[in-house]
Amino acid sequence: MANTQGTTGVLGWIDERFPLTKMIREHLTEYYAPKNFNFWYFFGSLALLVLVNQILTGIWLTMSYKPSAADAFASVEYIMRDVDWGWLIRYMHSTGASAFFLMVYLHMYRALIYGSYKKPRELIWIFGVVIFLCLMAEAFMGYLLPWGQMSYWGAQVIINLFSAIPIVGPDLSVWIRGDYVISDATLNRFFSLHVIALPLVLLGLVVAHILALHEVGSNNPDGVEIKKLKDEKGIPLDGIPFHPYYTVKDLVGVMVFFLFFAVVIFFMPEMGGYFLEHPNFDPADSLKTPPHIAPVWYFTPFYAMLRAVPSFAGTQVWGVLVMGAAIVILFFLPWLDRSPVKSIRYRGFSFKLILAAFVVSFLVLGYLGALPTTPARTSLAQICTIIYFAFFFLLPFLPAFEKTKPVPERVTWK
Amino acid sequence: MSTVDDVDLGRRRFLTATATVVGGVGVAFVAVPFLKSWSPSERAQAAGAPVEADISKLEEGALMTVEWRGKPVWLLKRSQKMLDDLASLKNNLLDPNSEMASQQPKYAQNATRSIKPEVLVMVGICTHLGCSPTFRPEIAPADLGPNWKGGFFCPCHGSLFDLAGRVYKGVPAPSNMEVPAYRYLSDTRVLIGVNPETA
Repeated sequence: MANTQGTTGVLGWIDERFPLTKMIREHLTEYYAPKNFNFWYFFGSLALLVLVNQILTGIWLTMSYKPSAADAFASVEYIMRDVDWGWLIRYMHSTGASAFFLMVYLHMYRALIYGSYKKPRELIWIFGVVIFLCLMAEAFMGYLLPWGQMSYWGAQVIINLFSAIPIVGPDLSVWIRGDYVISDATLNRFFSLHVIALPLVLLGLVVAHILALHEVGSNNPDGVEIKKLKDEKGIPLDGIPFHPYYTVKDLVGVMVFFLFFAVVIFFMPEMGGYFLEHPNFDPADSLKTPPHIAPVWYFTPFYAMLRAVPSFAGTQVWGVLVMGAAIVILFFLPWLDRSPVKSIRYRGFSFKLILAAFVVSFLVLGYLGALPTTPARTSLAQICTIIYFAFFFLLPFLPAFEKTKPVPERVTWK
Repeated sequence: MSTVDDVDLGRRRFLTATATVVGGVGVAFVAVPFLKSWSPSERAQAAGAPVEADISKLEEGALMTVEWRGKPVWLLKRSQKMLDDLASLKNNLLDPNSEMASQQPKYAQNATRSIKPEVLVMVGICTHLGCSPTFRPEIAPADLGPNWKGGFFCPCHGSLFDLAGRVYKGVPAPSNMEVPAYRYLSDTRVLIGVNPETA
């Protein structure tokens, strides 16, 4: 008996009871992606790959890690020295965290240059920003777990950001810590959130991100909607099935990624103190702050903004607000950018200029956030913070004087 | 009343709405224990007992640290020169007269922010984001400039405090460092965490 998918045998039996073939067709073999994807389109699938790496290595680390203030530091050393291959699994996890952010930042930059956040893909972008937020919470809580000096004091600084909120702030930070200081209670709940709550949310968001993408279809380097022109079977003229074409292409990306990933894991797992910071090789000491506190590299741009804002009117909430706004403003990007042209290939000089300024300011902030402050660095961080926000405030006014080029009907492809 | 095929839609809408509201109230009540479970436990609250510090061996210009509620509490014996320098800093400070009441008890709201002028008792936590500042008693070191009269430097974000924990102007920290409640049990024994009996 044939079913609606036309399958028979075991597969046919399953398809009558579960939409297996239907899902494979919708999301892989009959999901038509533009044929002109380039280098920038590797990072979505690579981010997914790193997520799988984090979940797998995380499950294995949980088998030997002890989430208590008394045992945590020693249990990480135990994983590193005594557990067979424990060092490899931990380095895969710690390097994976940095790789995750690198992939996500590149993935977001791709969306910026090709206008992938624009109508009808606003929700894909919004889900993506929520994933980014979730990932930051996940990374922050994971960083407390080794219970080193930087774990402890980094968490101290970040949780105290909540104290800066007027009226409810101090009680809120006590509630988050579960104690008056960072303590065993804090470590234990961060462990719970890091290994259960946030990964569940993250997975759900990734599914939503991909479902939304497959509903509207992928953007491409030309920013052309391929669904506008279809052949007699309803297949986009410029579309090719995701599987096998892009699964195979992405596999090449995976190979190259693993090459770099392995080099880091085996030869530079600490990355000179940027992936694993040196003070974290000392156990947490609540009475002694390390001489220089810096977050891991992927938080430094936002940390630099936090430090750049002086306290004002008896409160230091302003720095916290600016840092929060730097992320919240991303949600509004689809509506701030009013140009009808999506891809940077056909946008004018003014867009390229402010985008370049934005990227440079973000990189400089990232560099400054890892260094101790000096008055000159603080001034530079203030300038870069202004440029960062200026990008978003200038975007809506750009169409008034931006000279865009004509966008072709179909994707350009050699 | 609107009916379709003998279905009473008004009644259905009413039942749906009331069931939603009652269910919502139930969810709100059930959420309370989950949210409250994040508050400090009874054990964590009990750990906040007062601690005693013996300052008999504390030399002039020296700083000792005791742990109270998991936080460092400093006891600093200041020299006469250090006390004299405190008055000269007024113009550089954000709150030279310690007017922000939350940062010290009434009995420490004075020029030296202490009960006995020479002995400073203070929570060693920066009021910016909770790092523990470094004790820098030396006069005019290279990194802190020629006008430095000794004080505390926060390595995290560069906040500066004088030797009474008063914050300098133009640094990230918004207020003076906190003086905890404390009392003298004798000339050389300090109990941190409770007010003097007379206060």
